[in-house]
Amino acid sequence: MGKGGVKLIEGNLRHDGRRFDELRSISMTVGVLKNSNGSAIVEYGRTKVLAAVYGPREPPAKHVLLPNRAVIRCRYHMAPFSTHERKNPAPSRREIELSKVIREALEPVVMSELYPRTSIDIFIEVINADGGTRTASITAASLALADAGIPMRDLVASVAVGKVDGVLVLDIDEVEDMYGEADMPVAMAPTLRWITMLQLNGVLTHEEFIQALNLAKKGIEVIYNMQKEVLKKKYLSIKVEE
Amino acid sequence: MSVTPSSEYVVPKLKSEVMISMLSKGLRISGRRVDEFRPINIVKDYIPNADGSAFVKLGGTQVLVGVKFEVGSPFPDTPNEGNLMVNAEFVPTASPVFEPGPPDENAIELARVIDRSIREAKAIDLSKLVLVPGRRVWNVWVDIYVLDHDGNLIDASSIGTLAALMTAKLPKVEVRDGGEVVIDKNVKTEPLPLNKAVVTVTVCKIGNYLIVDPDLEESVLSDVKVIVAVSEDGLITGIQKSGHGYLSEDDVLAIMNIALTKGKEIINTVKNILTT
Repeated sequence: MGKGGVKLIEGNLRHDGRRFDELRSISMTVGVLKNSNGSAIVEYGRTKVLAAVYGPREPPAKHVLLPNRAVIRCRYHMAPFSTHERKNPAPSRREIELSKVIREALEPVVMSELYPRTSIDIFIEVINADGGTRTASITAASLALADAGIPMRDLVASVAVGKVDGVLVLDIDEVEDMYGEADMPVAMAPTLRWITMLQLNGVLTHEEFIQALNLAKKGIEVIYNMQKEVLKKKYLSIKVEE
Repeated sequence: MSVTPSSEYVVPKLKSEVMISMLSKGLRISGRRVDEFRPINIVKDYIPNADGSAFVKLGGTQVLVGVKFEVGSPFPDTPNEGNLMVNAEFVPTASPVFEPGPPDENAIELARVIDRSIREAKAIDLSKLVLVPGRRVWNVWVDIYVLDHDGNLIDASSIGTLAALMTAKLPKVEVRDGGEVVIDKNVKTEPLPLNKAVVTVTVCKIGNYLIVDPDLEESVLSDVKVIVAVSEDGLITGIQKSGHGYLSEDDVLAIMNIALTKGKEIINTVKNILTT
């Protein structure tokens, strides 16, 4: 039984009918905006996130520029209508922290050294929040960067593992996050085997942590293959005219 | 918006090369082992006007933590629990790169990581902080004041928070008929009800080497660290990767081993200092 007396596991299934190691239904679309250099919409079940990338470009404030590389500017923002209660659009402490965490999840793969004295801007808007918005954001931002044609060492894919009713489960939604015992979002550059984001909000034993990390890797592999598929689908169909 | 920071403090190239080549032999310029913390000094009850306080020196890093209790209303989703609020200020006295103003993303991250480590471990028994069920509860304010920056602000703040919470005393309170709450701030009664001690352990990666408790120069050389919150009963109560680098899976597994061992040691150190 979870925190609020809500039953989250029934037999071998979760409250929404998923198996323990099953992702929500995930959809990805790239190139959804006309003006940005790259964009993507990613849905993890009812969670829906839009990411747009501008740059490399000259930023409005030049004092942030670095002489040896591009700076990455990142904003994670929740639309006022994305939550059950209206969210004040002013940036919350949570959004400020997540903007940093998401930027740091993407910094290792972006080849920023190729574009000194420029800025690569990542704007993330959570359109509908149902748990896993930061992980969907990272998956979407990584696609938008690729769509913008920015050289990258690898894509980054992300998913959270949770502990609900004492069981480790993949890709938790809002109910499982709220009433569960732990939420551990992980992001990886899978080909390079780099862990670029790791957080734990909740309590795990050492043993559970190791199992949770392995479960996250399984989910990330699936999401990574979907990312590659959606990019191929867009870019392999473009034909050069003779 | 979060922007790639410019390196705020420069370590001469020659020195950084020496530091990295020493690390390959398991040595540090300070003479510390890779898994050795700097000396921890704690002065408890440092602030007479606070309900709990601690002044912490972790090597050259100095942090003040004050705990204040206020009567407030519970949040609708936790009607029978007190509230915990953690805030951190990087005071401009602490470093030439700290500017006055509202907390930046680093201060917010530090406060939120410490907040989660305490909250998720249920370190404070918030259910015992109810004055009038559903209506009046104690608000626990933890204010972290970084006074001087010589690296590892998070662990210094976490040690200070633990010490301040362990020494905090609730003011005398009387609930009259009709639910009116009268406090006598001059009379301190019971200690704050705590379930367990929690502390963070920050493990820093420099090149391919993992070290604990980085000083300022070591933190400049490192592009990634993992903050692990550990409770005295050996549970992991929070994790945060921070910095623009990456980790291998082996790094992460090694970091957890280091953090669980060091966490228990530090909790014991803090308890020993507070009882003497």
